[in-house]
Amino acid sequence: MIEIELDGKKVDVVEGSMIMHAADKAGTFIPHFCYHKKLSIAASCRMCLVDVEKMPKPMPACATQVAPGMIVRTKSDKAIKAQQSVMEFLLINHPLDCPICDKGGECQLQDLAVGYGASSSRYEEEKRVVAVKDVGPLISMREMSRCIHCTRCVRFGQEVAGVMEFGMSHRGEHAAIETFVGHSVDSELSGNMIDLCPVGALTSKPFRYSARTWELSRRKSVSPHDSTGANLIVQVKNNRVMRVVPFENEAVNECWIADRDRFSYEALNSDERLTTPMLKQGGVWNPVDWQTALEYVANGLKQIKSEHGAQSIGALLSPHSTLEELSLASAFMRGLGSENVDCRLRNAEFPASEGVRYLGTSIASLSELQRVLVVGSSLRKDHPLFAQRIRQAARKGCAVNAIGFVAEDWAMPIANALLSDASTWVQALAEVAAAVAADKGVESPVPGNAGEAAKAIAKSLLSGERKAILLGNAAAHHARASSLLALANWVGAQTGATVGYLTEAANSVGAQVAGALPGPNGLNAGQMLRGDLKAVFLLNNEPEFDSAAGALALSGLSKTEMVVTLSPFKANMAFSDVLLPIAPFTETSGTYVNAEGRVQSFHAVVKPMGETRPAWKVLRVLANLLGIPDFDFESSQEVLKRVPGLPVDGETLLSGDILNNTTQAEIDFTPAGVAPKVVGIYALDGIVRRAASLQLTADAKQHDVAQEVTA
Amino acid sequence: MLAEQVLSQFQATGVQTCFHGRHINPQIYADLNGSNWHLKDYESRGGYQALRKILAKNSGVTADDATASGMTPDQVIAVVKESGLRGRGGAGFPTGLKWSFMPRQYAGQKYLVCNSDEGEPGTCKDREILQFNPHMVIEGMIIAAYAMGIAVGYNYIHGEIFKTYLRFEEAIEEARAAGLLGKNILGSEFSFQLHAAHGYGAYICGEETSLLESLEGKKGQPRYKPPFPASFGLYGKPTTINNTETFAAVPWIIRNGGQAYLACGKPNSGGTKIFSISGDVELPGNYEVPMGTPFSQLLELAGGVRGGRQLKAVIPGGSSSPVLPGSIMMDCTMDYDSIAKAGSMLGSGAVIVLDDSRCMVKSLQRLSYFYMHESCGQCTPCREGTGWLSRVVDRIENGHGRVTDLDLLDNVAENIMGRTICALGDAAAMPVRAMIKHFRPEFEYHVEHKTCMVPLYV
Repeated sequence: MIEIELDGKKVDVVEGSMIMHAADKAGTFIPHFCYHKKLSIAASCRMCLVDVEKMPKPMPACATQVAPGMIVRTKSDKAIKAQQSVMEFLLINHPLDCPICDKGGECQLQDLAVGYGASSSRYEEEKRVVAVKDVGPLISMREMSRCIHCTRCVRFGQEVAGVMEFGMSHRGEHAAIETFVGHSVDSELSGNMIDLCPVGALTSKPFRYSARTWELSRRKSVSPHDSTGANLIVQVKNNRVMRVVPFENEAVNECWIADRDRFSYEALNSDERLTTPMLKQGGVWNPVDWQTALEYVANGLKQIKSEHGAQSIGALLSPHSTLEELSLASAFMRGLGSENVDCRLRNAEFPASEGVRYLGTSIASLSELQRVLVVGSSLRKDHPLFAQRIRQAARKGCAVNAIGFVAEDWAMPIANALLSDASTWVQALAEVAAAVAADKGVESPVPGNAGEAAKAIAKSLLSGERKAILLGNAAAHHARASSLLALANWVGAQTGATVGYLTEAANSVGAQVAGALPGPNGLNAGQMLRGDLKAVFLLNNEPEFDSAAGALALSGLSKTEMVVTLSPFKANMAFSDVLLPIAPFTETSGTYVNAEGRVQSFHAVVKPMGETRPAWKVLRVLANLLGIPDFDFESSQEVLKRVPGLPVDGETLLSGDILNNTTQAEIDFTPAGVAPKVVGIYALDGIVRRAASLQLTADAKQHDVAQEVTA
Repeated sequence: MLAEQVLSQFQATGVQTCFHGRHINPQIYADLNGSNWHLKDYESRGGYQALRKILAKNSGVTADDATASGMTPDQVIAVVKESGLRGRGGAGFPTGLKWSFMPRQYAGQKYLVCNSDEGEPGTCKDREILQFNPHMVIEGMIIAAYAMGIAVGYNYIHGEIFKTYLRFEEAIEEARAAGLLGKNILGSEFSFQLHAAHGYGAYICGEETSLLESLEGKKGQPRYKPPFPASFGLYGKPTTINNTETFAAVPWIIRNGGQAYLACGKPNSGGTKIFSISGDVELPGNYEVPMGTPFSQLLELAGGVRGGRQLKAVIPGGSSSPVLPGSIMMDCTMDYDSIAKAGSMLGSGAVIVLDDSRCMVKSLQRLSYFYMHESCGQCTPCREGTGWLSRVVDRIENGHGRVTDLDLLDNVAENIMGRTICALGDAAAMPVRAMIKHFRPEFEYHVEHKTCMVPLYV
């Protein structure tokens, strides 16, 4: 530790820190633009110039290392004069169009100009005009004259997103932030550059001109998409979600969110929302009131139960639903007498539960890994923020190994890749196990001759510290998923690596805790979709897109007597009989459990749209109508209380007694007959599929092409 | 193109270059005629003797040589320190001291870089060293590499002098063929590989860290220092960067000893220096003279002020150095201390002479435009300030100036100075402040009468 004096206060900071870090620690604000704690230091904006004793010139606080006994003055005449002169330079070519600027009210330049700017400008020459650029559907670059060339966006691309999409081309006054030869910005993390931009140069295309920042209420929430459980601030005006930005949580999403988390809100305000219960009568959909719809469902269920038995009723639940909804839906089915409950819609294999599958390590630890093996994952597209963490690890020297079927651009260096057809991944992982066994002189759990790539992966995993084996969505949905897990566990035990699933959805872990899995003799998702049931409940999912059966689900469910869809959207219209509008994550309170087992509850941020009701209320009333006992919950918190095993006393992580990735499964070497179900980044769930701007991105278009090819 | 053709082209322009025979005690430009740049010519002038001396590879020409034990790297650095050689690129940092900063025990790759990105307006000395005496630079670089234990070097040559780059490549090949570059130089244990690279004409790439960025294949933008190149240079490795003329001075120093070099010049400013004299003189060109030569004598060498006019002002060290009125300049000697005392800089040794027909507003307009054009755009004061300065000077020159503009110019320039990442900000600001300081009445006349105080030069 080094002690320095900052504005007369003694501050202890770690050796090698910059003055800016010391100021942070002391709670002193030094004005800055280009400095950002998560990015490398550019020292180019010069706003943070401070007065350092014995230095003739003012020094940039962001790039000046502390030295023992250093005396720093951030508010001396010399410092203030330097800061004021830099502010003047920043403003001479800035359009000062704050009244019509989308950033107005939350602009760092505007804020600091109040403190350091003059009331009028000495600059009377012509101002710079910068050409408009079009970089895709998410980021607007129509007002690049506002840019102050801090290069945060450039550094974000290089360092965090892993792809340098923006650069500062030309020089001097002509220096301009742009993409190389007019390409679009296609990173799955691109929206963060809007947050990083300290002025109104990069703005959100979907949000532009729809509200001023001071009109918005800020409400905390949790992302309903991937298993990161990214913390959000949902900004609301007049009961409408206007935009979504990250809520900083160093343990989960740091200060980033994926574009999926940021822009999916568009679907919540779209015309595709279901705003009233609907009944299909004579092939025609008619809006009805809740009473009619619920009585219709209750009577139908009673009739089917009495005619065909409770075993002819089943429920397919979405792992994007809240813990409360999943718990209640499972209890509802069990109350009816059916064990046909499942949330593993995209799985090809349905082993009996041996424990709640999870990441096997903490999310934060991903940034510190030295060795990692990722099996069956489009890491960057499936889990953009996990990929970002592993990229940070790779920047610090982590060797990233992959087993997959195609070489994908993860925007990070891949040390070794073992590419093979998905049907032979078990063999591929067995090769790695064999190589590990050969190296350690232990008996291999499986026969196998290791190839060069497998040997290299084994060698990588046997060296270093802090290792993890991560099973991706394709490995979880694989027809030999439990064999892959068993092998991964063996390799993990031998190499000291943690083993876990990246887990697909926001509540994949929570769904297991809530018991959204078939009970004894219950049918699993694959069986239910074949069409043998008489009545099916679809909670928040569209089997056509959300299940492994895909288009086959359509014919299966068409044979079913009664299909009840609970969805925020007009979904499943082809085969449903009843549509019940339920609240999406913004309109109900609820809880998600993320990949590492972190239980995160959130409140509703807006009122339910139209006649929409929170799903837990709908399920409660239905249960009451059917006379199922113990369904008298008054709030979602009461529902949550009935879920066993949740952490108490301020704890947020599930206990290790519940989380468990071990398996007794036998390793099955026969090649898998079906390819694992994987979906594109913007096809994950009903909300992103309806987010208009996301669907215009290059990533969404690629997905369309893939679908056409398979069709 | 043949060297003779190049020479005849030079002569056809009537511009005297370095072969005008008007040097005083030359070391680098001695005996050059434009075509004797080849290895054999250089060796006949005593070339590569210094290298043979330090490597003890004199192959026994005399009895002394046979018993000579060569020089250790430390001895080489000591001799360079003793010589008082200071960086010839502009900053004048003591070369021996810079060499001693190089981490000697560093295990990985280290680099030696020659800065031949001679972009400072008025400067044209390195171009001619490389064109007419390239082996001197090569020998100097080999000696420097030996002294610092470096195995790889680059010479980054200004993009606009592409022919010179080609010439240097040719010279490297000659040296390589003769065993002077590459593995086990002259049969010794010492190996050094030298490569030439050319820039694309950006002035900023003459700034050492910007040059390194460019050499790495990136956009030429200065890096924030510290870390300095000696610890984090090319590709993040320890790197020493010296100017072409600095390297060219090294062989003479080793051959004749540090004391002899120091004795050529003045204390604290050892040796000879090449001055590129341009502007209103009869014989513009490069003049190699001992440090400390009076300016009046240098002006005489260059044939005096053109057409017998009066000396008005001199920019003594390249366009970025503050202008000095002729009267002050005539009392100066050409060395670091004397010029600094007068309020300017020796810089790269580009002496720009302005006679009494020159309008200082017009001159400043040209200079300010240059710095606006060449600012890299990375840091705020320079990116925004250079354009501001240029526009205001432009306005004054074009008769739209205001009385308040002079104080505005001075204040804006003051706000740029010392607040930028590299020295380009200072370089843009200093001429403005000096012009206003020394020639304020001329600017005021311009504002008031919307025209020049002096008639246009024809």
